[in-house]
This record gives sequence, structure tokens and C-alpha cells, in this order.
Amino acid sequence: MSSQSKDKQGPPPSLYLPLEEKLYRVRYEIDSDHAHIRVDPEVCGQCREKVCTFICPARVYTQDPEDSNLVQVHYENCLECGTCRVACTRGGVIWSYPNGGQGVKYRFG
Amino acid sequence: MEKLDAVVVGAGLSGLAAAYYLAHGGLQVIVLERGDFPGTKNVTGGRLYVGPLRRLVPELLEGAPLERMVTSERVTLLSQEGSTTLNLRSESFRAPHVQSWTVLRARLDRWLGDRVMEKGGFVIPQKRVDGLLREGERVVGIRSDGEEIRSDVVVLAEGALGLLCEEAGLRRPLLPQEAALGVKEVIRLPEGSLERRFGLSPQEGAAHLFVGAVTQGAFGGGFLYTNQETLSLGIVVGVQALKDHQEDLEPHQLLESFKERPEISPYIEGGEILEYSAHLVPEGGWATEIRPYGDGYVIVGDAAGMTLNVGWTVRGMDLALASGRLAADAVLKAKQEGDFSQGTLAHYHRLLEESFVLKELRRFKNAPKTLSNPRLYADYPSWLHETLKELYTVGEGPRDSVGRILWRAVRKGPPLGRILGDLWSMRHL
Repeated sequence: MSSQSKDKQGPPPSLYLPLEEKLYRVRYEIDSDHAHIRVDPEVCGQCREKVCTFICPARVYTQDPEDSNLVQVHYENCLECGTCRVACTRGGVIWSYPNGGQGVKYRFG
Repeated sequence: MEKLDAVVVGAGLSGLAAAYYLAHGGLQVIVLERGDFPGTKNVTGGRLYVGPLRRLVPELLEGAPLERMVTSERVTLLSQEGSTTLNLRSESFRAPHVQSWTVLRARLDRWLGDRVMEKGGFVIPQKRVDGLLREGERVVGIRSDGEEIRSDVVVLAEGALGLLCEEAGLRRPLLPQEAALGVKEVIRLPEGSLERRFGLSPQEGAAHLFVGAVTQGAFGGGFLYTNQETLSLGIVVGVQALKDHQEDLEPHQLLESFKERPEISPYIEGGEILEYSAHLVPEGGWATEIRPYGDGYVIVGDAAGMTLNVGWTVRGMDLALASGRLAADAVLKAKQEGDFSQGTLAHYHRLLEESFVLKELRRFKNAPKTLSNPRLYADYPSWLHETLKELYTVGEGPRDSVGRILWRAVRKGPPLGRILGDLWSMRHL
């Protein structure tokens, strides 16, 4: 991480950010009634690689702290690239676009 | 709702181009877009080559909010320890028939959506299409929010993932080796520093690609484009490569490591991240062979796999705009004949064949295979760097002659036969 900007006055460093803070710079409208991503626990339970937990640029998928065989989905962070869906060739990721007007809202793209 | 002439699924470049020319031809057309506006779901690297489009969509981009005209092409081969850069600057890149511009999609697509509305097309935002209506093999409309909308033809411009096409069996799902993930940051720099750092005048832009250690030797690379007031900085990595490398290639971490490279950090110093984004890129090339038409439908842009990465140049948006235009022409012809069956819509395919779109995609159809060679990303960037470095190293003793350095490089590097083989396979790029 950059330490250069730390000794300067002014706004906090905003160039090298941990993912959680970077995601704050993305605009979303979160559909709290409807998760557009689900995982199939039967497939995840059999899956050892768990590609989804390291391939997602927004770390939507994390290991379930209570059962390491399972995967938790933080769909509200999804950038809607669909990489997980292509990468999980076992069909464990059940993925659709969020409802109209919901989800990520790119201001630059 | 009564039956429409055409429904376009997705307000990206291909869908909007199709809608524009359909409306221009007098058809009743609506564009359904799941985002708040055209562009809010779209991401590019990115640069748009407008040169190839001059004849095909002559007036479409007039006055478009493009960012900077690229007059400087740079490519850097990164090894773990250093890098080798080529900087190609030419006034000839300004010529209208070869021009390219950096773009940001939220601005560009929204503007293009307005152009479609001016032509009499309807862009309906916040509307996700949930499925296609079928009568036998024929596509007869779409389903959205429990509502059925019928039309003579559906233009599928749904983007790289192609969920509707896949669900309806119009194309097979993307395989991990046919797709790459692009991850990008838009960075705002302190005022005036963009021109200074890149050595550009206020209107000029630079396009900088990076190959090698940026992806730890996996298929992909980095990019840096200068926009009007911001930089687009990112990486693209093959989905299969990400799977193979597991935790070592976490996309966000890769991008952070890339930003910390001394080749990058001086460009972005003092900058601020305005946005982080991700998007999928079809990388299968025309080898994926999606038939882009059928009874009652045409497929355009990324959804039809129309992207072209040949290493030096990376294209997609020009192919998208062109395919949208050509699809519109075919649909207008079908309307004239009152027949929207695949026999008539096959005209779209013929138009693609006659245009630069399929000529280019076919000529470079082996590019994905050539570019999947891991030596291009791992061995060669460091080998070239090590060799050239010797020429520039002055120590106490006399250095070896060029001939000796090259000879040693040949013996140290991959077997000569393999290098020649790789060069031979690259002759078509």
C-alpha cells in the first residue's frame, strides 16, 4: 500500500484502497427484497476448489464461517460481470440480472 | 400492447445502433434497458476505433461525447524486475479513416440513447427482459415484469453473458477459456497533470497496454487510457487462467499490484478513485461461431461474440456499432418483404460477411489460440528485458559485444525451434 500520501495534508489517501472501501466508490441500489444470486448448497458441499471465493472482483462469495463446505453470497456488492457464472462450470451459481433499475449503477463505465 | 415492429434487448452500442437505424427506416422500435439509463450497466477499457465506422454509420457518432483522440500508442512488456516499452507516436493516427478515441460508456451510451429517441425510437429504462416468447422455433417477442411484448423481430443486444440467448438455446454458454474478466478503476488526477505526465496536448490521448507480469504470466494484460479528465486503468485476465491460478490471481489484488508497479504509480500519483468496475469480455473470437440470426431474431455485438483481440489492438465497440447497423438493414429488408423468417434474416449474416466485421473476425479467427500461449506472458517479456538490459549496463569491465549478448540470449532462452514456432504462429496476428 502507498504511504506517500500519508505525510501530506489534505484528504485521506484514496488511490490505494482495500476492496471494501473501493466498493464504497461504486453506486448501487440494493434490492433488499430480492437476491439476484443464489448458490446451490448441494453443489457447493461437493466442491473443493470454490472458484467463486477467489475469482469475483467484488468478493461476493465467502466461505460460510459456520460450515466451511458452504458459501455465503453478498449479492449487494455484485458488479454484475457474471464471471462467477462462467467460472463455476458445476452450475452451483444461480445467477440472474437484478430487477430493472436495481443493482450497480456505473457513473463512468 | 399491440405488436411492434422490433424490440431491442439492451441499450449498449450494438442495440442502440440497431434501434437508431430501425427508427430511421420508419419502424416502430423500443429498446428495453435494465439500467436507469443506457450505459449505467456498461463498461469498456476503453477505446473506440471510429475509423472503420466512417462509411457504415456515418452520422451516428457526430457530436458524440468521446474523450480523447489517441495519437500515442504504447506497449510495455513487464517482467518481475523491470520492463521494456515501445512508444509509437504518429500524426497519421489523426486521419479520419484510422482514428480512435478513448470513451466512457455511461456518457456515450446515454447520449446515443437520446439520439435514438430523437429518431422516434423508444428507450425504456429500468426494464429487465426475463425471457423470450417462442412459437415453436420462432422468437415472437419478450417477457418483462410479467408483461408480454410481441414484435416481428427481437434484436438481442444483451451483452457478453448472453443469458437470454443461452436460455432459449440460441447459443451455448460461454466457456471459461472463451471469456476474460476486465477490472477497471477510473482515476481523477490533479488538474493539468494528465497532459504533463503523458506528454499530451489538451485534445490528444494515449493508449497504453501492458503484457507479462501484470497477470503473473497468465493470459491477459493491463491497460491505461487517458480520458478527458480521468484515467481508465485496469487489467483483463482470462477466466480459465483465473481458475487455474486460484488464490494467486485474485482480480482485485492483481489490479492493486499493477498500480504499485513503478511503471504505473508515477502516472496515477495523487489521483483519486472515482469508480471501480468489472465486466466480462468474450475472447473466443469467431471460432465460437454463434449463428447470429434465426426465425424472428438477430444477435448483435458482444452477445454474438463480436470482439477482436489480436494483441496489439483490442476491439469490440466498433464491431458492436457496425453489427447493430447491419442487423437493422436486414430487418428493414425483412419488413419490406413482410417475412421475418431465418431465410430472410440470413441477409444480416451476408451483410456481416461483406463488411469489415466478419472479414476481420475471420482473418483473425486463430488469434485466441495464438494469444493463449503462456510464453507470451511469462518467458518472452523477461527474456527480452534481460537481453536488452545488458546492452545498457556499464560496469567496471568491458561489456560483451552485441553478438555475444544475443548468442547468450539465444542459448539461455527457450529452445530456438520453439521461439521460431511461436513467431511463426504470430504471423497472422
